[in-house]
Amino acid sequence: MFRSHIMVCGGTGCTSSGSKKIIEAFNKEIAAAGINEEVKVIQTGCFGLCALGPIVVVYPEGIFYSMVEEKDVKEIVEEHLVKGRPVTRLIYDETVQGETITSLNDTRFYKKQQRIALRNCGRIDPDNIEEYIAYDGYAALGKALTEMTPDEVIKCVLDSGLRGRGGGGFPTGRKWALGAMNHADQKYVACNADEGDPGAFMDRSILEGDPHAVIEAMAIAGYAIGATKGFVYIRAEYPIAVERLQRAIDQAREYGLLGKNIFGTDFEFDMEIKLGAGAFVCGEETALINSIEGNRGEPKPRPPFPAQKGIFGKPTVLNNVETYANIPQIILNGPEFLNTIGTEKSKGTKVFALGGKINNTGLVEVPMGTTLRTVVEEIGGGIPNGGTFKAAQTGGPSGGCIPASLIDTPIDYDNLVAIGSMMGSGGLIVMDETTCMVDIAKFFLEFTVEESCGKCTPCRVGTKRLLELLDKITSGNGELEDLDKIEKLCNFIKEDSQCGLGQCAPNPVLSTLKYFRDEYVAHVVDKKCPAGVCKDLMQYKIVADKCKGCTACKRACPVGAISGNVKEPHVIDQAKCIKCGACVATCKFGAIIKE
Amino acid sequence: MKRISKLPFKGTAEQEQLLKAWLAENGHKPGAAMAALQKAQEIYGYLPIEVQRMVAEGVNRPLEEIYGISTFYAQFSLSPKGKYKIAVCLGTACYVKGSGKILAKLEEKLGIKNGDCTEDGEFSLEASRCIGACGLAPVFTINEDVYGRVKEDGSELDGILAKYKA
Repeated sequence: MFRSHIMVCGGTGCTSSGSKKIIEAFNKEIAAAGINEEVKVIQTGCFGLCALGPIVVVYPEGIFYSMVEEKDVKEIVEEHLVKGRPVTRLIYDETVQGETITSLNDTRFYKKQQRIALRNCGRIDPDNIEEYIAYDGYAALGKALTEMTPDEVIKCVLDSGLRGRGGGGFPTGRKWALGAMNHADQKYVACNADEGDPGAFMDRSILEGDPHAVIEAMAIAGYAIGATKGFVYIRAEYPIAVERLQRAIDQAREYGLLGKNIFGTDFEFDMEIKLGAGAFVCGEETALINSIEGNRGEPKPRPPFPAQKGIFGKPTVLNNVETYANIPQIILNGPEFLNTIGTEKSKGTKVFALGGKINNTGLVEVPMGTTLRTVVEEIGGGIPNGGTFKAAQTGGPSGGCIPASLIDTPIDYDNLVAIGSMMGSGGLIVMDETTCMVDIAKFFLEFTVEESCGKCTPCRVGTKRLLELLDKITSGNGELEDLDKIEKLCNFIKEDSQCGLGQCAPNPVLSTLKYFRDEYVAHVVDKKCPAGVCKDLMQYKIVADKCKGCTACKRACPVGAISGNVKEPHVIDQAKCIKCGACVATCKFGAIIKE
Repeated sequence: MKRISKLPFKGTAEQEQLLKAWLAENGHKPGAAMAALQKAQEIYGYLPIEVQRMVAEGVNRPLEEIYGISTFYAQFSLSPKGKYKIAVCLGTACYVKGSGKILAKLEEKLGIKNGDCTEDGEFSLEASRCIGACGLAPVFTINEDVYGRVKEDGSELDGILAKYKA
């Protein structure tokens, strides 16, 4: 028995900020203090509050230490674990109320969250199947196999109202019913873990923090549709997730939870990891299937749908990681578990990867219908450096920007589509007034241009031409009629592209054009970038009154564009200036302005 | 655009043996081509045409299909990588926080463009997709080392690069 457990976050965010070394240091210090029989160090999945990583939580007290460094470990061990005095200076300040330390669940970050898909992330050791089992793990699979027929399983999922969390929001139960309907000698279950949206990392965090939930759900899906084999298609860029998932699969096999005669029934199911190789289009289901088959990941026309003809031509049910992570709880607790949460047509919760200009970057899970305001201002802790909220981008390169005027929109599938964005897999990037909306539209379009697989012309050529039009605008050569051309081209690409990538590629452009047309017009007519981002449209100038003639900027300028004598105001030669901003950084008098 | 490397192929007999052994065991499995190319890149570090030819034979598919796959996926590299691989994350969160500027500064400091390798084979530079460390944005990596919350003015870069220079 251990009297204390130290949970150290081993998600990618915290690992990147050094949590592995912290674990080593804890083990060393605990041994040095002679309490290694009493205290256990556990590497967990993501706690969500990545901005404050590396995160260390000490149980049973539940003390939440943030931004822990290797050198702090000794103090935590000696003070907290040996003497019982928590190290106040390292405790997450929101949990400290004068002399008392409040529960993490009462902090602004966690209070309005409801963790279903992330329920075990940060709570268990993902490398230990016993810990998953201790939290009802594999009980849902046991219930499905021994107490329910496949049809009952499908009905339960259907009644729960669960919709695909990967983007489109297709009802999961319907997908399973279609897969069950089509008869074949072999069927497959697949999991889309090819999370390619820039700024989205919820699927990775689930696989890193709770891999068994996905394995259990896939086995349940296999039982429901009559498949004996599963594939997880996962990005090779996620090495930690791949490693933990493989270990989890091995453990599940060892425990007889994968393989033949699972739970003493006739049901058999096994699974395999297929590594992706970096192609955004593989998030599209037919492209993903092509890639699993070892081909170029190009999409295929539908029908036939994967439920009819999928991997190797066999009926295949394909769901996303977060969708699967919901399944065990639904089977175990019945459809009401999910359909009592959320809005009329969007049930349950959604995980968002909160990033950009926001204080609490990280992973949050909120009930469907939570407003963007709650997510940004309360959970996200607002905009850093006193900035103002300008827009939030959801759905990555397939989604759009939501302006500040719509910040009270309840977030669900249908509302987001209605305002020109989409749920996507759940990236939520916050922007403030220093973000140029034309530049952001261009950024996403550059991504789609590069990721277009090239198979169909509207997407391959259309997105490229669209990018050229945006380039024309940000370089100061835009004309007003270009805006109409852009709109026309966007609609053409939307209507005529073969797959979701092309059909959604214009969304970032259309939504920014709709809500931030003024900004486009400023670029075109006034030749100004209001946010001061587009280099070709701005100038650095020295305010003569403020310049003391210290020559610091002159020395810092890499291209010799600044001239002037000592103690006299300097000037910038606009023809030479490369707009690197080095002069601004060196000026101690605030004499250099950007306009 | 992926370019076929003009550098001479320097594969060893050992490497060839490793790849061929893997292909003999797994090449016949359905959908083996992707995994074979991943294995080949793990062994050789990149996929020169000589290696693609071995893979084509091993999985019994025409070379043009293997070439098609190699050029389709971002992760397959047709040119060698440096001893130290620098990857600057251009995911949205990092981009919003200035990683584009960091990439430009690194190009300037190393005297190479995004996607290239320095002549001495020490550093290669590439832009990467979101590596999911958005909480640390802007981020870049050098091999396994992650550098987060990098100042966008690039003032820390010389110090970081110096750690890897012999």
